[in-house]
Amino acid sequence: MTLVTSPARLLLALLCLAVTSGAAGAEEMRGTGDLGIVIERTAGSVQIIETSERTSLDRIEGLGDLSHASAVFSRDGRYAFVFGRDGGLSKLDLLTRRLVKRVLQAGNSIGGAISQDGTLIAVSNYEPGGVRIFDTETLAPVADIPAIYGSNGARSKVVGLVDAPGDRFVFSLYDAGEIWIADVSQPDKPAITKFADVGQQPYDGLITPDGRTYIAGLFGEDGLAMLDLWRPEAGVRRLLDGYGRGEEKLPVYKMPHLEGWARAGDRIFLPAVGRHELLVLNAVTFSEIGRIPVHGQPVFAVARPDGRQVWVNFAHPLNDTVQIIDTQSLEIVQALQPGKGVMHLEFTPRGENVWISVRDADRVDVYDTDSFERIGSIQADKPSGIFLTARANRIGL
Amino acid sequence: MLAAALILTASTASAAPLGSERQAALLYLLRQDCGSCHGSTMGGGLAPPLLPQSLAETPDDALIAAILDGRPGTPMPPWRFEINPNEAAWMVRQLKGGLAE
Ligand code: HEC
Repeated sequence: MTLVTSPARLLLALLCLAVTSGAAGAEEMRGTGDLGIVIERTAGSVQIIETSERTSLDRIEGLGDLSHASAVFSRDGRYAFVFGRDGGLSKLDLLTRRLVKRVLQAGNSIGGAISQDGTLIAVSNYEPGGVRIFDTETLAPVADIPAIYGSNGARSKVVGLVDAPGDRFVFSLYDAGEIWIADVSQPDKPAITKFADVGQQPYDGLITPDGRTYIAGLFGEDGLAMLDLWRPEAGVRRLLDGYGRGEEKLPVYKMPHLEGWARAGDRIFLPAVGRHELLVLNAVTFSEIGRIPVHGQPVFAVARPDGRQVWVNFAHPLNDTVQIIDTQSLEIVQALQPGKGVMHLEFTPRGENVWISVRDADRVDVYDTDSFERIGSIQADKPSGIFLTARANRIGL
Repeated sequence: MLAAALILTASTASAAPLGSERQAALLYLLRQDCGSCHGSTMGGGLAPPLLPQSLAETPDDALIAAILDGRPGTPMPPWRFEINPNEAAWMVRQLKGGLAE
């Protein structure tokens, strides 16, 4: 080591200092519109990816148990909020590529949502059952909504939490069979509207992109529960009642997800429960149009953003396959076998590519959605969820 | 040696020790696929925890039956198509002893 003496060297040293003390990602200024994260469920880490060159930029570690983790983004697309299974809520800065803050807010949680104005994060918890609300800036607690139901003070696990227009969050109570709307216009005093007897074991929920319709999938019976948020006074309506036609259900080796559910033109595609089918509904009347027999128990059915294709993955032990359905003919036009353990699919915002996590192969693959060719791949440790920042600008994601 | 080992396996077929590869595969299944409902550290999710303290009171047979045949009327599915009784018994022992981190 020699002492830095010459002016040129001094300048160099100062430059180096500027680069290292500045953010890792700030060497070049960039936007966040083509960024995203990949959850590494077992390692408790997250990779930051970019979808233009299709590379991984960095890895952030120490986020706890990320099995079943999901994420939402701040409205500027800079921060990701990651909801861990162990109740951890982590705020990541995608530009400096750092963990900004992490709080352990519950014992066991399942997901979350960000409010319309971006100021609040809501987390749905299994243990203790309920929803907790935090300030997005500081992650300081703002409100607690225990999911108490019945007369003996029991708490229900909460699922299917989404944001809705008008400072509202909507969610379902798995054990209670209820749907609740929390109005958080006064963030520390949420006003709750409850809908009881919506059906047995709602296991997940979705909200339409216009923020009008909330739908909960039911595990305990064949059907869906639908709430029109423009007319909540009309109550919860049952959709596709008895769609199983009384036939015995097939065993379900992984719960389907409604998040990332597919709307294509005037049709909605949803995974059936306990049958190897996609349910096709009319997007206006919500009546059944048909069903599409598929490879296995569908887990995610996601529409390409233009609505022309729906991509579907499947539960164990058939989770090595992805099927692609043409939404006009309702035919399966392609099947891919990315590898064992296909966990999640995420389209780039305009739909030219789709990112697919292949857990058992420790890879995330990128496919061209026209040619179905694999055009890229990154290494990842047991990857599960993939979340791109375009979600920041969409209701319910 | 080999012959003796073969006889031994044949006579105790149902309780034969599992090969290390199969053990690893079952542990992977537990964490990843059972984990999707029970939590990857068995701490619970939509399904109840499978931790030593949560299972201690329940007889092995009931737990083995739950794994092989599922619990009808609940999301717990039957696993007999890929797990045999001997393997289910081994899994219950692992769960009751606590999975290593
Ligand atoms: C699709 C969700 C799901 C999956 C996957 C799943 N389970 Fe379960 N399991 C449940 C539910 C729900 C219960 C509770 C059933 C009840 O209420 O009796 C349960 C109960 C059990 C029980 C009984 C626990 C007790 O205290 O009585 C055992 C043991 C068990 N599961 C083991 C497993 C194993 C091993 C696997 C993987 C090979 C597995 N489960 C996969 C949902 C699941």
